[in-house]
Amino acid sequence: MISIFPSLLNGAFITLKLLVSSMFFGLLIGLLFAILRINKNPIINKFAYGYSYFFRGTPLLVQLYLIYYGLANIEFLRNSFLWVIIREPYWCAIIAFSLNTGAYTSEILRSAFQTIKEGYIEAAQSLGVTKKITFYKIQIPIAIKQSLPAYGNEIILMLKGTSLASVITIMDLMGEARKVNVLTFKPFEAFITAGIIYLFLTFIIHNIVKYLEKKYGFQT
Amino acid sequence: MELLSFGDTGWGDELFFATLMTIAVSIGAMAIGFLFALIFTPLKLSKNKTLNIIGNCYTTIIRGVPELLVIYLLFFGGTGAAMYVASIFGYDGYIEINAFITGALAIGIISGAYSTEVFRGAILSIDKGQFEASKVLGLKKNIQFYKVILPQMLRLSIPNLSNVWQITLKDTSLISVTGLVEIMRQSYIAAGSTRDPLFFYSVAAVLYLILTFLSMKIINKLEVRYNKGF
Repeated sequence: MISIFPSLLNGAFITLKLLVSSMFFGLLIGLLFAILRINKNPIINKFAYGYSYFFRGTPLLVQLYLIYYGLANIEFLRNSFLWVIIREPYWCAIIAFSLNTGAYTSEILRSAFQTIKEGYIEAAQSLGVTKKITFYKIQIPIAIKQSLPAYGNEIILMLKGTSLASVITIMDLMGEARKVNVLTFKPFEAFITAGIIYLFLTFIIHNIVKYLEKKYGFQT
Repeated sequence: MELLSFGDTGWGDELFFATLMTIAVSIGAMAIGFLFALIFTPLKLSKNKTLNIIGNCYTTIIRGVPELLVIYLLFFGGTGAAMYVASIFGYDGYIEINAFITGALAIGIISGAYSTEVFRGAILSIDKGQFEASKVLGLKKNIQFYKVILPQMLRLSIPNLSNVWQITLKDTSLISVTGLVEIMRQSYIAAGSTRDPLFFYSVAAVLYLILTFLSMKIINKLEVRYNKGF
């Protein structure tokens, strides 16, 4: 049990790296698509809806395989500079995870944008604040604060999602656990230890989000 | 397009049966999940501390670890455990547990945790007056549950159960790692033998989209039907 711990911790470190980078890019993508979703132009609107429908309607594994195995099949991508990125499983995983969490984040933020009380915007307008500043200084901060609980769930879902990186040869926590299982034929030790580490990470994330909610939470 | 034709030359029929397999595993998993939920929802709502902790442990642990981990644990661990039990009875051969059963059980355990939360929420949101009224009318405890609480609980949980169904449907793609031939596995095989992963994984994505779309339509119909009186 103790001997497998260091390698699992190494894996946990990679899991965290995957999680943090995909959450970062996912948040940017999510914010962008949430803004597109509330746009009045039907084409932009439909495009953003299609994006989130596709990524929420298909399993993450399909998306991962499409990007890892599928993109490499396109001739011009293989010859372009992008090949440096998409030939690495690590980057493919980050792309797939970011796009996936971006779709969910965009839905979370969209509903937050839509539940902002009209009064806030009207108050800003009557104070003579321009539309742009209202958006950046009032709507975005309120939306982010309001979506904290749902976003916390999304982070935990994504933590669990990163375990899929192991099927495309990345040695994250799950990958290390699989290796231990193959080397020692002790599935219970390997997977239960990994499970405990995952639970511990979930617990930490849960508490950080709870703390942030308490500190910055927005009551309407 | 000839890649998708039915018969020996195309992958159409294989993918069609794989889709049926995905549906079968999802329904099986959902049913197993309901069984788990029916056991653990009362535990979570119970006033007894110990039972409460057992119920909470189930939902917290299952929702806190990756789905893949549960599947691997059951797939690798299950075989070992079955062989260990068999060796006690003097059988030393290799036992392989059916991938369908392991898969449905693994996904069922996961969806059970989500269903438990849904049912718990539904029961808690039933008006207190309903419990009191049924008590005042002198209904027995089990009739109270079956005739008053259960129907309302099911109606209230339909919208959230539809989410659980979507999650379950998508989670079945993970069973492909254990070798069960469902959509994901079949596309993996097809992609490997035709060297056209982009096409086959796109087909897989479309198949999943069709499944989620159709199930949304059906569940919406159910929701309308069961909300008629409200």
